[in-house]
Amino acid sequence: MTDRPRSGGIGAWLLRHVETAKSSLSRLASQPLSTALTMLVIAITLALPAGLHLAVKNAAQLSGGWESAVDFSVYLNQGVGEDEARTLAGIIESRADVEQVVFISADEALTEFKRDSGFGDALDALDENPLPNTLVVRPAVAGNDALIGLLREELTNLPETDLVQLDTAWVQRFNAALDLLRRVILITAVLLGAAVIIVIGNTIRLDIQNRRDEIVVTKLIGASAGFIRRPFLYAGLWYGIGGGLVALALIAVSLWLTADAVARLASLYGSGFGLSGLDWRESLTVLGIGAFLGWFGSWFAAARHMRRIEPR
Amino acid sequence: MIHLDNVTKRYPGGHDALQRLTLDVDMGEMVFVTGHSGAGKSTLLKLLALIERPTRGRLVVNNEDLSRVSRRRIPRYRRDIGMVFQDHKLLFDRNVFENVALPLVITGTGTREIGRRARAALDQVGLLRREKQMPETLSSGEQQRVGIARAIVGRPKLLIADEPTGNLDPELSLEIMRLFERFNDVGVTLMIASHDLHLIAGMGHRRIVLENGMLAGETGRGAPAWAREAPRGD
Repeated sequence: MTDRPRSGGIGAWLLRHVETAKSSLSRLASQPLSTALTMLVIAITLALPAGLHLAVKNAAQLSGGWESAVDFSVYLNQGVGEDEARTLAGIIESRADVEQVVFISADEALTEFKRDSGFGDALDALDENPLPNTLVVRPAVAGNDALIGLLREELTNLPETDLVQLDTAWVQRFNAALDLLRRVILITAVLLGAAVIIVIGNTIRLDIQNRRDEIVVTKLIGASAGFIRRPFLYAGLWYGIGGGLVALALIAVSLWLTADAVARLASLYGSGFGLSGLDWRESLTVLGIGAFLGWFGSWFAAARHMRRIEPR
Repeated sequence: MIHLDNVTKRYPGGHDALQRLTLDVDMGEMVFVTGHSGAGKSTLLKLLALIERPTRGRLVVNNEDLSRVSRRRIPRYRRDIGMVFQDHKLLFDRNVFENVALPLVITGTGTREIGRRARAALDQVGLLRREKQMPETLSSGEQQRVGIARAIVGRPKLLIADEPTGNLDPELSLEIMRLFERFNDVGVTLMIASHDLHLIAGMGHRRIVLENGMLAGETGRGAPAWAREAPRGD
């Protein structure tokens, strides 16, 4: 692609590239079905890792909200009454290493649970409230694992305490799982990227074979390898960019299709969470990766197959 | 302009297409290469176009030793010689103008200059008004003239043609040959392979006769009179 101009200057050279890019595009447009199919294959292979990335990103956003709150849930013994619990809450809140204590009475917890769980009728059948009074303790020493561990131990040792649950334990597990998932996605993305290169390389290989005579003629009249390669590289580039655009469309449609289901799920959890799509930078990355893979795939095919086509 | 020194071309399988051929063509000459098919005409032109490399011997074209032209530099070498083919080798998805302009596009010539020179070349072969047509819509003779316009658009000093009239009737063939003569008049060196002996004999240019890859005779330029009789061949 670096056939320097002998005459006509940089402007003419640039113009030539623009013309090659345009003619490559119109050549693709002249075979709309096969072009669309190739782009769709590329789009699906690009959309898959991008979509998974989006899922992980949303999940991480969701858990990010929880992570800041390193709250303990202290479930009190059934025998501990509401007044007693409130007193205890005051005592704990006065500690230096505690920022805030929220008291959730057994009745409140039951009402909330009835509303959110959908088991309302079943719970009505119970004579007694099975839920304990609960204190949600937010430590003032967030981030210091040793002090949090100490606080947890002291809370556990209180005579009124039935069970202490560190709410962030599962968040940490969740995040670890997300990390694992990210790595799996990365591997998948690399493999699928290789698939894109192969798909484009194969398409360009067929294109080169179909235009064999043309290549021979242009070689005979003195075209450099770069000159002959150029239209194929642009074709690969267009395949990649087109595939990237279709991939973005696929992702957008998928988001639209899942949005109401996610909203319903979020509302069941009492959350206003909504799925976020790819931002402009991520969208550009998808396009850029598509363009690069397209260019590279066609370059690879051209380097392999063009060399064998020589005039006889 | 062209200098062959003991050039041998042996194809895989052991067939010697050219055997120890020594030949000189001066600048500004117009030379016909004749002989039976398989005599080595095409091989000679392929060596000149660097489509093939000689097995032995030295080949100098336009002061350039072809053994020193690397694979990478072949395109640059080919830009300096015009080539005309029996089957025209036009690109059928482009119109006449684009076909003729292609060598200039390859060298990165400016758009305006391309238009000027491509039209001048088309004018020389008498096809200026057909520039927008597709090659398919032209007759075989016209297609060959497009091929010739493409060969001369880069203003080469050397033009080589392999059976340029092979598919044409005698009248059109003569027309094409006259066209070549006109280029010769302005200083272009021409080497034309042809087995159309009647046509060639009437034109009175130098003739090189190949047989089994060897020089079998030569006419023109002080060649003996017996050789002027056109031997019959296919």
